[in-house]
Amino acid sequence: MQEKDAANSSEPYLRIERLKKQFGNFWALKDISLKIFPGEFVCFLGPSGCGKTTLLRAIAGLDIQTSGRIFQADKEISNLPASQRDFGIVFQSYALFPNLTVAENVGYGLVSRRMAKVEIATRVADLLRLVGLPDSGPKYPAQLSGGMQQRVALARALALSPGLLLLDEPLSALDARVRAYLRLEIRHLHKRLGVTTIMVTHDQEEALTMADRIVVMNQGVIEQVGTPLQVYREPTSAFVADFVGKTNLLPGIVVKPGLVRYGNMDLSCDVDIQPGPGSDVTLAIRPEDVVVRNVDANAINTFAVRVAEMEFLGSFCRVGLALNGDAKPALLADFSINTVRDLSITEGMQMLVGMPSERIRVFPGAPKLP
Amino acid sequence: MSEIVANAASEVPPTRRRLDRDDWLMRGGVCLMIGILSLTLILPLWWLLSKSFQDQDGAFVGLANYVTYFSTPALFASVWNSLFIASLSTAIVLPLAFIYAYALQRSCMRWKGLFQALALIPILAPSLLPAISLIYLFGNQGFLKEWMFGVDIYGPVGIVISQVFYCFPHALMIMLAALSMADSRLYEAADVLGASKTRVFFTVTLPGAKYGVISAGFVVFTLVMTDFGIAKVIGGRFNVLATDIFKQVIGQQNFEMGAVVGFVLLIPAVVAFLADRIIQGRQVALLSARAVPLTPKPDARRDTGLLLFCALVGSLIFVILAMAVWASFVTRWPYNLTLTLKNYNFGDFGSNGWAAYTNSVELAAWTAVIGTVVIFVGAYLLEKTRSFAAGRAIAQFMAMLPMAVPGLVLGLAYIFFFNAKGNPFGFIYATMAILVVNSITHFYTVSHLTAATALKQLDHEFEAVSASLKVSLLRTMTRVSVPVCLPAVLDISIYLFVNAMTTVSAVIFLYSTDTALASVMIINMDESGFTAAAAAMAVTIVATSAAVKIAHLLITRRLERRTQAWRQR
Repeated sequence: MQEKDAANSSEPYLRIERLKKQFGNFWALKDISLKIFPGEFVCFLGPSGCGKTTLLRAIAGLDIQTSGRIFQADKEISNLPASQRDFGIVFQSYALFPNLTVAENVGYGLVSRRMAKVEIATRVADLLRLVGLPDSGPKYPAQLSGGMQQRVALARALALSPGLLLLDEPLSALDARVRAYLRLEIRHLHKRLGVTTIMVTHDQEEALTMADRIVVMNQGVIEQVGTPLQVYREPTSAFVADFVGKTNLLPGIVVKPGLVRYGNMDLSCDVDIQPGPGSDVTLAIRPEDVVVRNVDANAINTFAVRVAEMEFLGSFCRVGLALNGDAKPALLADFSINTVRDLSITEGMQMLVGMPSERIRVFPGAPKLP
Repeated sequence: MSEIVANAASEVPPTRRRLDRDDWLMRGGVCLMIGILSLTLILPLWWLLSKSFQDQDGAFVGLANYVTYFSTPALFASVWNSLFIASLSTAIVLPLAFIYAYALQRSCMRWKGLFQALALIPILAPSLLPAISLIYLFGNQGFLKEWMFGVDIYGPVGIVISQVFYCFPHALMIMLAALSMADSRLYEAADVLGASKTRVFFTVTLPGAKYGVISAGFVVFTLVMTDFGIAKVIGGRFNVLATDIFKQVIGQQNFEMGAVVGFVLLIPAVVAFLADRIIQGRQVALLSARAVPLTPKPDARRDTGLLLFCALVGSLIFVILAMAVWASFVTRWPYNLTLTLKNYNFGDFGSNGWAAYTNSVELAAWTAVIGTVVIFVGAYLLEKTRSFAAGRAIAQFMAMLPMAVPGLVLGLAYIFFFNAKGNPFGFIYATMAILVVNSITHFYTVSHLTAATALKQLDHEFEAVSASLKVSLLRTMTRVSVPVCLPAVLDISIYLFVNAMTTVSAVIFLYSTDTALASVMIINMDESGFTAAAAAMAVTIVATSAAVKIAHLLITRRLERRTQAWRQR
């Protein structure tokens, strides 16, 4: 279903069919099917324990699946050991060999290829230049910073020109600044080499900025597959809406198709509402989609609120809005600093806000309490 | 939900990973390890067990031997004697070692290095050394005999004092490790909350070291329970289990009864071992990665008190060591105190002479070299073999078992097994080979744990990376795992060397006239009344162990300097 949205319609490079993985009584992967296309950068995104790393390790052959099939470049690899599959891998811990120099680490796989020494040296130098560490060859990993070590690990993973690059939370051990920089570096590298890449991450920002497509996972199932924009703008479940970005999840009851009652307000929504009238649903709206400028009191989806809390976050304010004279805020809205200044928004102020009907998403079932 | 999935799963055939060359190699290795340990440990123990159910002609007699044993008061009394000696020694060693370790790790006392080195020297000595020293000090011709107020040193008193000396460094090492790490933030928090020093000790320090103390307790108890040399030399007519085995087997040639006593001796050792494993399993890491290491602050009263304590304990250790050294150089105790080297002419006191010493060095060297390779490779196989859970579990059990088997029992088991008719390995009986095999097996577990701990500290993904780079595990092992674990490898080899050099219990049944060993010679010479020569041999062993240990320290230090560039810790 999602594959039609993929960037191209060529044959998939990696095809996963009905993959399941069991640990004791626990199913870490429940019937996963997925296609990944040549040259794509795909992120497996989800909270810890969602099965994303299990899926990656099954693709690598490091922890074989309980059942299900995997095809890579039209060849079935379901039961091949890791040593007979074609991939390069980078781990969160870098896993660099501490007693070997950077050059020896990068050339580790080349040495057993019976390549000439000169050839290896040239290849290693090329790879080190590629990751921006041309002079670090003779150093030991411990003498490099975390970010540099991770780039060495990347060079080592690329040394044998694998068809598939697997990144297992490669940035999680680094501090914020290095992380943001390396994010961009990996992205550039991917553009330049065009190698099909899968990255596992629990950081939604990382996934949104780096991936061509995101695979959102939760409790061993795929919740949604789509481009970052699709996943952010059109989440297909309350879980995705909540996990990727910030979302207001509000309890509602279906009145009739296109109309949902929230509290004592009727909100119209553009999306199809699956459950019939009277069913519990969850309304989702992003804080930045709540509008406050040019709101007409008579328009649909408009209501009066009181500013209960304001949190200053640099370029914008996250504002807690209370309804019906409640003390506690029921709804979060992000207003740019411009808006706050122009409208002189302060705590305790009464105002009108609107929820554009095309921005509201509706999911079956009442919201789960946090 | 999971039920539905489980049902669905049954439709699709399960995936079985195809095995690559590394898998076959590793699994073959694990099977080989199981085979080796079966031959050197399991089968001999099985032979011992079955022997205890047979009469002298080899006919099955059920529990008859056990009935005889437990209904013979002279034999059964040894059980209580052994338990009494072991409990008392443990009760004395634990507080001494704890305070000593506390002084070394948690105070600003002076001369810490000196005290630590002094306290650990006894580990290099055979257990017989303190017993011989005590005979010189308080024995029939001891020059401090009056201090005993008529109490006979030959008996429980002598045994307990010797055991305390012998076990002290073993307990100390465990306590030092247990007290080495502490989170200073806990102490700061306790301080801020106004807790008294005593309360901090009982609520922070002691709980932190609890598992170390318990572990040391089990180690000391087992050591005393199974030690043979001390009771033999200074036990007089006080019988313990270990000497009973010897008497039954060597003295009366009653192998069946020896097997029964051996089995009885195995029980407390196994119980202590299992109890320790269970308790250690409950231990959770008290130190998070963010802990701030504690650095002790000076406290004049505490530091002076601990210094006095260490000085007292240290000088007692020194006196016992020095007594043996002095006695070995004295012409004729106590009549002629002029110094001489004649006690070192071992040829005058037994037919073996210095050959026994060279045999011991040879045994220690072989044990160290072969044992290190076998045990490290075994630990590597157990840590790195993918899946193959059943094989790994069996091998793991076999690797832990030697810890629970007293040396005497293992030695006795070897007599039965390698002497058995039709055993194709019988040819190694009465050779150097059987001594090497026995020593490696006897000291397997501690070495295995050292190797496993070192291997566990390596990044778990090295093997995954190697597989993705199409590099064989064998290459990664030799190129990365072994070099990174080299300090642990050296530790293992030195541990094996020193233990093979000093052990008595495991080899006393297995040496032949060609392969007599220095440690056994000590007992023989002491028995023949050549106590000074026995002391001289004990001193020679200590000197050898110490020299090897110093060489080990120098090599380790050089290695650390050379690999400083890549070693962060």
